[in-house]
This record gives sequence, C-alpha cells and structure tokens, in this order.
Amino acid sequence: MKILAIEASGLVASVAVTEDDVLKAEFTVNNKLTHSQTLLPMLKKMMDILGETVRDMDAVAVSAGPGSFTGLRIGAATAKGLALAADLPVIKVSSLEALMHQVSADRDDVICPIMDARRGQVYCGAWKDGKKLMEEKAEAVEYLLEELDKLGESFIFSGDGVPVYKEIIKERLKSKNKSVYFADSCNNRQRAASVGAVGIKKYRAWLEKNKLTPEAVKSEGTAAHKNFDDDVMSSDDFVPEYLRKPQAEREKDAGLLEDAGKKSLRKIANGNRS
Amino acid sequence: MPTNRKDDMKDIYILGIESSCDETAAAVVKNGREVLSNVISSQIDIHTIYGGVVPEIASRLHIENINGVIRLALKEAGKTFEDIDAIAVTYGPGLVGALLVGVSEAKALAYALDKPLIGVHHIEGHVAANFIAHPDLEPPFICLIVSGGHTHLVVVKDYGSFEIIGKTGDDAAGEAYDKVARAVGLGYPGGPKVDREARSGNPHAIEFPRGEVKNAPYDFTFSGLKSAVLNYINHAEMTGTKINRADLCASFQNAVVESLVERTVACAKEYKYDTVAMAGGVSANSALRAAMEKACEEEGMRCCYPDIILCTDNAAMIASAAYYEFLRGNRADEYLNAVPNLKLGER
Repeated sequence: MKILAIEASGLVASVAVTEDDVLKAEFTVNNKLTHSQTLLPMLKKMMDILGETVRDMDAVAVSAGPGSFTGLRIGAATAKGLALAADLPVIKVSSLEALMHQVSADRDDVICPIMDARRGQVYCGAWKDGKKLMEEKAEAVEYLLEELDKLGESFIFSGDGVPVYKEIIKERLKSKNKSVYFADSCNNRQRAASVGAVGIKKYRAWLEKNKLTPEAVKSEGTAAHKNFDDDVMSSDDFVPEYLRKPQAEREKDAGLLEDAGKKSLRKIANGNRS
Repeated sequence: MPTNRKDDMKDIYILGIESSCDETAAAVVKNGREVLSNVISSQIDIHTIYGGVVPEIASRLHIENINGVIRLALKEAGKTFEDIDAIAVTYGPGLVGALLVGVSEAKALAYALDKPLIGVHHIEGHVAANFIAHPDLEPPFICLIVSGGHTHLVVVKDYGSFEIIGKTGDDAAGEAYDKVARAVGLGYPGGPKVDREARSGNPHAIEFPRGEVKNAPYDFTFSGLKSAVLNYINHAEMTGTKINRADLCASFQNAVVESLVERTVACAKEYKYDTVAMAGGVSANSALRAAMEKACEEEGMRCCYPDIILCTDNAAMIASAAYYEFLRGNRADEYLNAVPNLKLGER
C-alpha cells in the first residue's frame, strides 16, 4: 500500500511516499519561496526519481491544519487535484498530530507541538504515549502552560512556536519543577514523512472497519464508496481544519460589522418612493 | 495565426478553471469557441453580508467547492479527463489567496493526468468571452475592458496580443459604481444595483463632471466624478434636502457611460478599426450596452459584447483564451505561481 503525503501547513513544504511501514522518499524544503513554487516541482522530481506516478498510489494524505491559512489551501488544492485526477481517497491528517509523531519519547513524556498562530497565540495539542490529552486549539501560551501543568511532569516541545516562546515555557514549567525538553532540528518542524505515517494508520483503520482492501477501493473508484468518514474521504469533501474563523466573520459575530456598516451607510431619503 | 480550422484538424477540448475573486468556476470549451459546459459557483450572497468580497472567506469557499465544480463541468460537457487536451487556469490578476486555490489545483490535475497546463491572464479571458459570443469575430478590433478592477481601452491586434491605448488613472469604472452604491445605501455589488435603480431615474437631473486626463485623450478618470457624487450627497444631508436616489444613480451612470463610449468610439475612428468589443463585469451594464450600440451604429461600426453570463467571471472565457495559447504551443509548467498584480500584456 502506497500513500502520497503532502505537508504545507507552515513554512515547510514537504512531500513523501510511504509504502506500508517504510518511507520510500521524502523531499522537504524550508525557505522563503512560496509553497506554490516548491510543492509541485518537488513532488514531480520525487516521483520521477521513484519511477512512480500518482496513479500508482492508493491514497493521498494531507496535513489538514491547523496552520497558515494560505499554506493549508495550497496543500489542500494540490491534494484535491491529484486525488481527483487519479480517483484516490484523501486522508485527513492533523498537522499537530503529525508533528507529535516525529518526536520519540518515553512513556511518561508529554509531547506538545506548538505552531506560532500570531496574535499572541499558538496552535497546540498534547499527547502522552500516543494518547491525546487535550483538544487541538489556538491558545495563548500562558494559558496553555497552566493547563499543561496538570497533565504531567516531563514535557517535550516542538514546532515553529518554540523559538517564539522558548524562554517563557522554560521559566514557567521549571518554576514548578517540571522537566522541559525541546526537539532538535531533525524533528522540530513539519515533515511529510510523518503525515504519511499517520495517514497510513488512519487508512488501514478505515479499510479494516469497512472490510475493504486498497485494491478494491482503487478498482471500484471513490464514487462507489458511501462509507467515507472524517478521516478518509472523497477529494470533493476535503477542507482544511483552520481552527479559526476568518477575521471578518469574527467581527460580524462580535457585532462589530453592523456598527461599521451603519457608519459607512448614509441614510438617504428616497425622493419620490418610499 | 491560422484561425480557420481545417476539416482534418482534431477537435481540442480545454478544461478551464477560474478562482481569481468570488466565483469558483470550471468549464469545458471545444476549439476555443463552443461552450460545452460553464459551471459557476457564486459566493456573492455571502460577501453581500460583509459589503464586499472578503478574501479569506472567498479562498475558503473556493477550496470547498472546486472539485465539485470541476466534476460538474466535465459531467455537463459529457466528457471525462481522458477527453481533455489541456488544463487552463487563471493565474492573475486577482486575490492572491483565491488565485492560489485554482493554480494549485490545476497544476496538480495537469501533473497527475499528464496533460498540458496553460496559465491564462484573467483580463485576456474577459476579452476572449467575445469569441464565444461571436463565433465569426477575429482580431484585430478595439476592446473596452471594464470591470471592478480594470478600465482599459486596447487594440486586440491578434489572439493574446494587446496594445493598451488608454486606462484609468485612478478608480476602475466598477469600483466607482461600488463606492457610489455604498454611499446611497444600495450596498454590494454596486454595478447591477445602480443600473437597476437608474432605470427609473432621469440621467440629466444632476450635472456631474466628466473627468479628463491632460494630454491623454483615451485615459479615464473617475475619482472626480465619485467625489462630486459624494459632495452632492453630503451637501443634501447638511441642508436637509431630500435626494432622489434614482435620479442620482441615473445621472452618475450617464456620466460614466458617456466617458466610456466617447473614448472607445473616438479611438476606433482614429486607429481605423470598424469593430468595437466590450469585456468585463461592467459590460453587462444595460445603459453602457445601449449607448455603445447606438454610438457604433451612428459610425457604421460593429458592436460586440458577450452574454451577461460570460461578462461576469467564468471559466469558459479562460478556456477560450487558452485555446489560442494552446495553438501557439505556449505551456505553463509545475512552477506556475499566482501573480495578483499581473498587468495586461505581461506574461
């Protein structure tokens, strides 16, 4: 079983092919070029080197978020286009869960991937021994640290939120006699290999639940399947997991839009008609 | 440029994708002129709540709808991906986040299907809408391009080849409509709402200025007109005078239409072209269409404009423009990026 994995939720653009339990290829770039200039050229080169085509894959796994809105959409549109063309299912993988998977930890360590979400917040989650300890969310780092205090004694942080909040994390948790570690450069940023690793687990679970084989899904086509769920779906239905509403929508929900609207709209009596 | 198709030429089917603003669209067009499907998922009802297009919301809706729209375009055309000769996509100008959805999707499709990819300039697409509406229309001709973001007077010298004769120095015509519509409480989108309101008004009720640009007879300016309308409203408010909204809309529209039509016809005369075309969202305006037809008739010129559905953003026009790029052998590759400020004539 071969899974094509795509990761574009942050500054990293990364693509990988995972075959069963082995990583066959990964191409990762973390620089200033936009994902739109890196993702597909990397994918094409990787596939050429592997001698594979998209049609040789069984499914496309994609980092669904949270993360940079535009990055998520470039990853999503790429995954949706590939899966639509080759008629493959899309596997939705949390960018935080994939980041968590990169860190090898002892059973008692709490792994906390944090991504800089701007506006004083991080996108964050916490796992221990593979078990999710809190819902993924956008949170101020101070509140996150208070919550983590109750979840364990030893913590490993990774993600691009670390350079922004490293000092406050150390200070707050060490003052409570907790152990704090930070993942190093080979596993502290997003990588498609981990999206593939999480993706293949999810796909296997889905196949098992529905008593299907990857071959059957491919030969029947995605349109034949009514049993897609939140993890494995038709490329039509995949959307990123932003964890945040657009700013304009937040303002509308807060009643700010109405005021702004009232201000800009001039009340004009309409001459002849009511 | 060979435009007359020979009988033994294979038919070319192009799948067009457009997501530059607030419409998610896909279409299949045969040989650049025959629309087999033209699917548009409009987001306008949602953006109306906010009084204008919200880029982040537009981008989110594009990613939600794009695969369904493409699938429907193929289905309505009775085609599969195997029948498609090339994938075409708008890569600029437009909202960058919105463009990136279509560009990323199209690149992925073209790569996975091993089909040629063609990047299309959105405004060239609008011009190409005329090729769909008028199967016998061929360059050269004069084209007035008027939309929410553009006001250009160009000579279409050949397919994909333009000479810009005039452009706006400030607001685009459609932008002026949106601003005036907001000021008189008509809301978004301004063009069709002002047009409708103006139908019951007197276009000569209020004398608004027609802006002129010094030493550039074919350039446009709408900021003076816009200010005059806003001053008129402010003055009326201060003196407690009632405003006849229909008259105001009709008078504003008359000033815009006169500026557009006069320059277009004068340009056609000076450059000696006997065909005038219009393109872009504002070319759906009923007063502009009527005035341009009348002026062209008086000068013995042919007047072309697309059906309303092809004036607004759509993917059929993108596929049509791409056809002529396809014939020239122009291809984009996997490095194609969105260019939000792409200028007309730039590649």
